[in-house]
Amino acid sequence: MDEIKKAVLEYVIDEYIDEDDDDIEVEYDTPLISSGIVDSFSMVSLKAFLEKKYKISLPDAEATPDAFDTVNLICTLVQKHQG
Amino acid sequence: MAYSDKTRGVFAGEIDTIKEKGLFKEKRFICSPQGAEIEVEYPEGAERQKVLNFCANNYLGLASHPDIVKAAHQGLNERGYGMSSVRFICGTQDIHRELQGKITDFLGTEDTLLFPSCMDANAGVFEAILGQEDVIIADRLIHASLVDGIRLCSAEYDTFKHMNMRHLEKKLELHADKRTRLIVTDGVFSMDGDLCPLDEMVALAEKYDAMVLVDESHASGFIGKTGRGTHEHFDAIGKIDIITTTLGKALGGASGGCVSGRKELVALCRQNARPFLFSNSLAPSIVKASIKVMDMVSTNTEWRDKLEWNANYFREQITEAGLCIREGDTPIVPVMLFNAKLANDMARDMYAEGIYVIGFFFPVVPAGAARIRVQLSAAHDKEMIDRAVAAFKKVGEKYGILGLDKKGIIAKYGM
Repeated sequence: MDEIKKAVLEYVIDEYIDEDDDDIEVEYDTPLISSGIVDSFSMVSLKAFLEKKYKISLPDAEATPDAFDTVNLICTLVQKHQG
Repeated sequence: MAYSDKTRGVFAGEIDTIKEKGLFKEKRFICSPQGAEIEVEYPEGAERQKVLNFCANNYLGLASHPDIVKAAHQGLNERGYGMSSVRFICGTQDIHRELQGKITDFLGTEDTLLFPSCMDANAGVFEAILGQEDVIIADRLIHASLVDGIRLCSAEYDTFKHMNMRHLEKKLELHADKRTRLIVTDGVFSMDGDLCPLDEMVALAEKYDAMVLVDESHASGFIGKTGRGTHEHFDAIGKIDIITTTLGKALGGASGGCVSGRKELVALCRQNARPFLFSNSLAPSIVKASIKVMDMVSTNTEWRDKLEWNANYFREQITEAGLCIREGDTPIVPVMLFNAKLANDMARDMYAEGIYVIGFFFPVVPAGAARIRVQLSAAHDKEMIDRAVAAFKKVGEKYGILGLDKKGIIAKYGM
């Protein structure tokens, strides 16, 4: 689990935070969607990353803004689909 | 009737939730023609107040220009009131063709198709030309209508950081296996007034065999030396594959939009774009007036030149007054306040001072980036701008933010 969390956090920072934006710090429990760091339109790249890296398929009904709101929640969802 | 009390309660509850979040949009009534000075009834039922309008998209000040009003009358007299048809059945007049030709010439594209609005153009263009084997790569801050259009299309989509060309390049590499790649951006982003670097974007598109679509709604008519748009500003005329834009802002301000670009793509929109196929044709009076607008802006830069002067003067004066603005080159000037309540309170006080501006905050802009968006117009004169700056100074002083930068305002009011 720790390895997944680390990889997802790294992806979120790389994908969504501007290099020169030092106002935003993202940790495992930082709200991503509800805080506006990631918007629902841009969430698609995170979903694609998870599906490719962990060879899973996340149904739209489960890949919701609520389920993607923190790195911790995302990892719970990934684990569930890894079986 | 199946609209039971229970059902009514469901929707009333939703409205209450919007109000509780402070996101409820109040009704505002303009009781005069659109212009630099308007008469407003706000809140509903209140006495009408004359205010200076600094929140319209009336960039060139043409919304009530006498020559355009006259042309609209002419359209009404010569071609009637409405078409009672979609374009492809019996809704296309000779003047629709004429207007499309004039827009094509103005934008420097190959062909143009009119839509009832740019919202409709953006809703229809993606589905009309792309399929599952294609990918759309969009800037994260594109207009909501582009987002909706992308979601209606079966092509895969991805996003890149706002105006970050390095990130865009990564995404172009990632999607190299797709049949076609379409990069999507606004020319001028409506909330920040920043310009997408189209020269760099076109260079990347050429390197990775991608097409470029630019929404020029907040650019057509005034960005670039002769007002052709962001592609003129970045010397990229003829290099943009699809331009969508509106007749509802600088170019007269009534309504109507278009898809303009490569002839095959426009032809596909004519065949497939659902908002084109299933929505009524643009009314003759608007078409005729828009032809007049295109003639005026194609041959005369006086309005865009005045707008440029006004925007530069306002930026200079408001900065000198001690307000914190986002730097830029466009007539969209965000006065940054960072805190949503502060933006709302200051906009209300500005209205009391006779200046009509609106506060914007999350989710319309990113959290912690609340602002009052000021939009300049060629219809403003120097004295009007001075009045707006004086009001900002007075209201800014009341809230103790003059001379404060981002850190200072956040330290005082939070984000």
